[in-house]
Amino acid sequence: MLEIILKQLLNGITVGSIYSLIALGYTMVYGIIKLINFAHGDIYMVGAFIGLIVATHFTSNFIVVMAVAMALTAVLGVLVEKIAYKPVRNSSRISALISAIGASIFISNLVVLINGPQREAYPQIFPEINFVIGGITISFLQIFIILVSIALMFGLYYIVHNTKMGVAMRAVSQNMTTARLMGINSDKVISFTFAIGSSLAAAAGVLVGTYYRAVDPLMGLLFGLKAFVAAVLGGIGSIPGAMVGGLVLGLAEVMGVAFISPSFRDAIAFGILIFILIVKPSGLFGKATKEKV
Amino acid sequence: MDSIINFLFNDYIIQVATITGINIIMVLGLNLITGVTGQLSLGHAAFMSIGAYSSSIISIKLGAPFIVSLIAGTGFGALFGALLGVPILRLRGDYLAIATLGFGEIVRVVILNTPYLGGALGIYGIPPSTNLAITAFFVVFAIFFMYRLEKSRHGLAIRSIREDEIAAEMMGVNISKYKVLSFTIGSAFAGLGGALYAHFLSYINPIDFGFMKSIEQLCMLVLGGMGSITGAVFGSIVLSTVPEILRFASEYRMVTYGIVLILMMVFRPQGLFGKIKVNV
Repeated sequence: MLEIILKQLLNGITVGSIYSLIALGYTMVYGIIKLINFAHGDIYMVGAFIGLIVATHFTSNFIVVMAVAMALTAVLGVLVEKIAYKPVRNSSRISALISAIGASIFISNLVVLINGPQREAYPQIFPEINFVIGGITISFLQIFIILVSIALMFGLYYIVHNTKMGVAMRAVSQNMTTARLMGINSDKVISFTFAIGSSLAAAAGVLVGTYYRAVDPLMGLLFGLKAFVAAVLGGIGSIPGAMVGGLVLGLAEVMGVAFISPSFRDAIAFGILIFILIVKPSGLFGKATKEKV
Repeated sequence: MDSIINFLFNDYIIQVATITGINIIMVLGLNLITGVTGQLSLGHAAFMSIGAYSSSIISIKLGAPFIVSLIAGTGFGALFGALLGVPILRLRGDYLAIATLGFGEIVRVVILNTPYLGGALGIYGIPPSTNLAITAFFVVFAIFFMYRLEKSRHGLAIRSIREDEIAAEMMGVNISKYKVLSFTIGSAFAGLGGALYAHFLSYINPIDFGFMKSIEQLCMLVLGGMGSITGAVFGSIVLSTVPEILRFASEYRMVTYGIVLILMMVFRPQGLFGKIKVNV
């Protein structure tokens, strides 16, 4: 029994750390321009597909695959921001949200148009190595995914807290007008935020591809929505919140599948979502905001 | 003359016209929730599926007459609208949108995993009782109902919530009551639409009522103009018929959808017929 629990714990952390990576993009964008970036899940899917193309046609060197996917997806993220979000930045919130949904529909269906709706097998980048420690089988891939996620999150933490751009990001998220008055180029900061968030999503896409060994053009919708649940769970706008939210969601889902029923996998995430929204809408790490009259 | 009548009333045209009418009824319900009350809902299809499934079960398993299953579908839509409306009252804007989205996904997953409701196979053999005349009747009814509601004292109160919730509360509008009322009525129309839909196609499947269906209904509303009955009707007609006309280019349909949504928001966020800017 203990072995099963430990095994599921590891599975949960693996999936959870991938959720965290995607959730970070949602939370950073929301923190800065108060927009639910609905296209983020699709950006993650594109990242996975870029990884697939590089890995099948060019090189199976993991670092190269990851770097190319992250770089190209960062460009895509900035493009989406410039085309779909910047023109509606001063319109009502609902306009921005619908524009984001439009971008999401466009990206996912463009990939369907190019690739077809079918699943694609992901090349095996790593040989299957399993360690057995005290009766528990641990795959090398799981450890690797967790380590890569932690490294990327530390990288993000370093950027946000120790670089000039990170300071500017935090300033803009506090108050865009004031930050602008202080000489911060908020457009540049927003673009940078989209680039970082998108590249983390691409990394998650490549990791998911190597873990589940398959990708499909419509995977962004559900996986993205669930990562978004993770962001809300942790408190949207909070970076540590997204990390913790991802892990909690991953664990809850894996445990739910193992001990309740596998067919309600997707309902678990959304059930948690509604519960959190009703009990504590600001999430675990979020600050409650009062509306000013 | 005969050929013109045959052309106008062939099965295909009638089918498209009926589906268009059903969409109008549901989008009018969404308009009440999102356009008039200002509560962004991303889960309207969930109420459609509740109406479709409850009415089908009552038709098939209980052998109830068509009108009873329509009433049941509408009632269940209203019931679930009220049930969801009460807890999510406190949520605003984005959070409300997310909660409705989550609710929509939960309903879909639950139906998908309930053998009694046919699971992934859906429900077959629903009596095909809906026809164009019945649909047209309900379209006229829905338009009339929404028009009267908006002009009434209650309609005014509901609109004041959209304009400024805090100011409305200060003026003595019972916000909670009207929000739940709007959710209930809007979902009832979605339930009615779902019941008509199920009894028209005589086959339903959980895939028909997913997130994309909710988005499609929102697109119809946004295209026509939120908060406008004319807009809701017009948007539903355009987005129900254009894909049929463009069937030869159906692969590009969804891509075009996405572009249209973005362009609309950039250049005419109030929609084609909208007079007001809904700020959620």
